[in-house]
Amino acid sequence: MSAIRAEGLVKVFPSRAGEVRALDGVDLEVPAGTVLGLLGPNGAGKTTTVRILTTLLTPDAGTATVHGIDVARDPQSVRRSIGLSGQYAAVDEYLTGRENLLMIGRLYHLGGAAARTRAAELLEEFDLVDAADRPTKTYSGGMRRRLDLAGALVARPPIIFLDEPTTGLDPRSRLALWDVIEGLVRGGTTVLLTTQYLDEADKLADSIAVVDRGQVIARGTSDELKARMGGERLVVTVDHGQLEAGRGVLGGLATGPIEVEEHTRTLVAPVASGSTALIEAVRGFDEAGVRVLDLAMRRPTLDDVFLQLTGHHAEAEGPPDAADAPAAAPKGASR
Amino acid sequence: MSDLAQSVSDTGTITWRNVTRLRRQPDSIVFGIIQSVMFVLLFAYVFGGAIAVPGGGDYTDFLMGGIFVQTVAFTCATTCIAMADDLSRGVFDRFRSLPMSRSAVLAGRTFADLAFATVTTAAMALTGLLVGWRTDAPVVSVLGGFALLALFAYAFLWIGAVIGLSVRSVEVAQTAGLIWLFPLTFLSNAFVPLETMPSWLQPIAAWNPISAVVAAVRELFGNVPPNYVAPDYWPLQNPVLASVLWCLVILAVFVPLGVSRYRRAAAR
Repeated sequence: MSAIRAEGLVKVFPSRAGEVRALDGVDLEVPAGTVLGLLGPNGAGKTTTVRILTTLLTPDAGTATVHGIDVARDPQSVRRSIGLSGQYAAVDEYLTGRENLLMIGRLYHLGGAAARTRAAELLEEFDLVDAADRPTKTYSGGMRRRLDLAGALVARPPIIFLDEPTTGLDPRSRLALWDVIEGLVRGGTTVLLTTQYLDEADKLADSIAVVDRGQVIARGTSDELKARMGGERLVVTVDHGQLEAGRGVLGGLATGPIEVEEHTRTLVAPVASGSTALIEAVRGFDEAGVRVLDLAMRRPTLDDVFLQLTGHHAEAEGPPDAADAPAAAPKGASR
Repeated sequence: MSDLAQSVSDTGTITWRNVTRLRRQPDSIVFGIIQSVMFVLLFAYVFGGAIAVPGGGDYTDFLMGGIFVQTVAFTCATTCIAMADDLSRGVFDRFRSLPMSRSAVLAGRTFADLAFATVTTAAMALTGLLVGWRTDAPVVSVLGGFALLALFAYAFLWIGAVIGLSVRSVEVAQTAGLIWLFPLTFLSNAFVPLETMPSWLQPIAAWNPISAVVAAVRELFGNVPPNYVAPDYWPLQNPVLASVLWCLVILAVFVPLGVSRYRRAAAR
């Protein structure tokens, strides 16, 4: 059974420069008990998708069901089955951690005693017992995120939406939050997670949907997406002035376009068979007199996937004209 | 739980949240009190000698009705800023993703701010008594005056809530919540008698809801000189009825407007 299903979601926002198609026909399916990672850069449409699925926005076209319930027809029932943890960490800074959880428990109508018990459990589980009775404005960023996530779990919902749960966190807090999320999934919770971090999707998600400019441009498991890239990557750093010569050698081995990073004098070439290509490359560099400073094999990363699918890196800031491009390009393409 | 019981329970929870927030920011309460005390003192001593009250009454008695109404009206700026603040912080996203009553967030906000307005009104009443404000009206009538102030405050808080949900940032809310209150409260009988205004301005001031409420509060507090003749405008001839009607009209317009704004506000 699918816990979350979306078909043909479209959302258009009016803006000064005309309409922006934030979503341009998004289809998703998340089987119960699994984690779907919605991966894409800023402005790709990840948050808009989450907001529609959590009943905060109504789509202009398309349908979505969460826990088997149509989000447009019966939003209040959907809200009883979901928990949302947003990228802004919506905790009340003047209430204590415990009070925040109590308030949410009451708003889920758990009853006073049950809300108190649940708040105490969650504070324990999320390692917030010592800070439980301090106003949350004294909390660190990581503590706030943990509390916000705890808030999403108050009513033990079967489905959790996490919108960029670790954006802006330091690496240690990030790892701690990953542990918590993995624990949830072991407990059978269905999770839809948005992220712009490839390693996060790679680590947490059973399957990944790559979103760009309001559309899902690829989907599959992390391994499937990498396999689609074919073979491995040969990464070579050459000496000054030898980029061209190096590229010539690799040209005979590469199964796709070679990426050149000028400032680091690094070449990345997709190759069919790792070990054979490695030996041939070493021989080729030797014959051509190319001095190699560093030579490595690696499996394709999700960044490679993103680059191949969209023509730009996932985590890099867009070029200055990117703000105009997304609005124009999909419209033309959809006609 | 029935829908009604759920609304009541949710409104209670949100009111508790907002009152707790207020209690944890005692400086905002202190400044609210200082501001209202300051207004009473400034108007009583600066304008007190300059303005002749028609019917020959005492200016402090004339003033208190006006200053009570102005101060509770200004409380709606607090509501406006608080709404815009919650909206900008994503708190409303959390609330809107919960299976809670849609109106509770606004009702809980306005109830908490009404509690705040009650505190400042009490501070003003005490200051008024110190500078010579007196009433000889029956207790029931005085209590009626405070009840009317509370109803008026509550109606105006909803206007503040709607403005707070309509602006795009907290900075804008700080101005937008306040600026319209100056012409509204000064174009009334709050500080000067209507009779001293140019004749073309008088009907505007007379039909200003502030004037009706001020006149009603003066009447209920027994602060109208015995031989004073109210100007010949219906709201000032029947100020209590006119005030209650004004408050009901404001609520009838701004409560549904506020709830629908709230539903859509977080969609930005």
